[in-house]
Amino acid sequence: MRNLFRIYLEKPELAGIALLAILIAVFEFRSGGVFLGADNVRGILGLLPEVGLVSIGVTILMICGEFDLSVGSVFALTPMLAAVLMEGDMPFLPAVLIGLALAAFIGFLNGVITLRFGIPSFITTLGMLFMARSLTVVISGGFPPVLPDDLPNWLFTQYIGPGGLIRASFVWFAGIALLASAMLSLTNFGNWLKSTGGFLEAASSMGIPVNRVKIVCFMLSSMLAGFAGLIEVLRLGSPLPSIGDGLELQAVASAVIGGTSLAGGVGTVLGAIVGALLIRVIDNGLVLTQVDANWFKFAVGALTIFAVVANAWLRRTARRIRIETRA
Amino acid sequence: MTTPIIEIRRLHKWYAGVHALKDVSLSIEPAQVVGLVGDNGAGKSTLIKILSGVHRPDGGEVLIEGRPVQMRTPKDAMRLGIETIYQSNSMVPTMSIARNLFLGREPLHFGVAGVGILDQTRMRRESVQAIADVDLHLRSPEALVGELSGGQRQGVAIARAMHFKSKVLVLDEPTNHLSVKETNKVIGFIRGLKAQGVTGIFISHNIHHVFQCCSRIVAMARGEIVFDKPVEATHIDEVHDVL
Repeated sequence: MRNLFRIYLEKPELAGIALLAILIAVFEFRSGGVFLGADNVRGILGLLPEVGLVSIGVTILMICGEFDLSVGSVFALTPMLAAVLMEGDMPFLPAVLIGLALAAFIGFLNGVITLRFGIPSFITTLGMLFMARSLTVVISGGFPPVLPDDLPNWLFTQYIGPGGLIRASFVWFAGIALLASAMLSLTNFGNWLKSTGGFLEAASSMGIPVNRVKIVCFMLSSMLAGFAGLIEVLRLGSPLPSIGDGLELQAVASAVIGGTSLAGGVGTVLGAIVGALLIRVIDNGLVLTQVDANWFKFAVGALTIFAVVANAWLRRTARRIRIETRA
Repeated sequence: MTTPIIEIRRLHKWYAGVHALKDVSLSIEPAQVVGLVGDNGAGKSTLIKILSGVHRPDGGEVLIEGRPVQMRTPKDAMRLGIETIYQSNSMVPTMSIARNLFLGREPLHFGVAGVGILDQTRMRRESVQAIADVDLHLRSPEALVGELSGGQRQGVAIARAMHFKSKVLVLDEPTNHLSVKETNKVIGFIRGLKAQGVTGIFISHNIHHVFQCCSRIVAMARGEIVFDKPVEATHIDEVHDVL
């Protein structure tokens, strides 16, 4: 009990991992072994990269003390812009790069507006949620553009690995997750990021460029959402203007289920992945165990509240223990 | 007479029509520990914020070792050797001692444009040394600052300033919110400054604390310096009377 505070701060994702293991065991048992069968695992892992990438971005931003609710809309806008450009005969790579540049610009705007006017990012990005979604429908002209046939789908959606267990998108996801994790724990930028979210005054009094750090994180979160949207559109084969609806809330849920603190300063990339995987496992497991699938959102909601309550309790308990040991 | 380590000449500062500093001049010699006292709104904090690069003066100049300097950011002040320790203390509770010690000045294995891979071995080794240098006994540089007591945190902040070879250490109410025992510890750290050749400016509400560890007392009131004497030449009651 004495080191609970330390454990919570250093491995905030531990509780999520334990819960994940329990749920997997329950679903595996109740589905009679279908849950961990190759076909089902392929289904879960095939969808994980998309929501996982968005969760990583949102988690990093939450660690530095800000929110991004516009990720779901950017998730739709980025591939929509790329698709519209490709319909106008632009090649794949420049179209995708322009789409990602737009995502980065939206993140930049989110950051600059939030910091320049000193308003909560919750509000800035809520506004951006509506604006980016609206833009998506406007530039599609009401009819989703038709994607060209010669796209490098193999780069993202093809099944690879032993038994075709994962999609190529999973490799992108794993690579980005590793880079993001290394950035947080091994670089000085990670240090600045955690200090900015952990105690803003201290960070700025030590000369950390806190506003620049935050803007970079806003841009990262937005670009990861845009990239995830591209992967989903390539998988579906069509840029629907409605994709990613509600994804921002799933991403926040993943982050807090994975132990990210709402106050900033605490959180890990692994936690974001565990949170995202938990949501996917619940989604899939409920169907396999023949529970009415409409309970899915109920379960995610309950889990989110539980995770935040548990984290708050952990922190309070740990603090009380520290005071006792000191006295 | 030696060149003052820090000298301010005819400093003025206005806040929205309020004349917070009125033609303030002060010069401090190397390895002197100055106690700066005064009531709220006397101008102490304004003066300190100018010295630590948070605010810029509206008139007058600051000289460090005889050379006029311009400080636009806290980073500028740190580069010139002025380090400030605030009452709320400049430590991030959710991070380790080693990471806090090097916050903003991390040693890197390699980096591009100031961003790169941390040299964590060096951070650990040097923070153990830095903490030992100020006579602070902590289990590990990996301990989180949130686990430390208020006095220990101020100790780490002072260790940080020492490690980066600061010439001037500004302590803005470092004993606020601390227990008597912890306060004594911090006063001990401040006493140790002179021996290490570091100049100190110790701001406090508590005149007793100032008398325990400073060699010179400066008092401010209504934006002006109203009292300035070596500690041997004065008495607590005299300072009380001018305030």
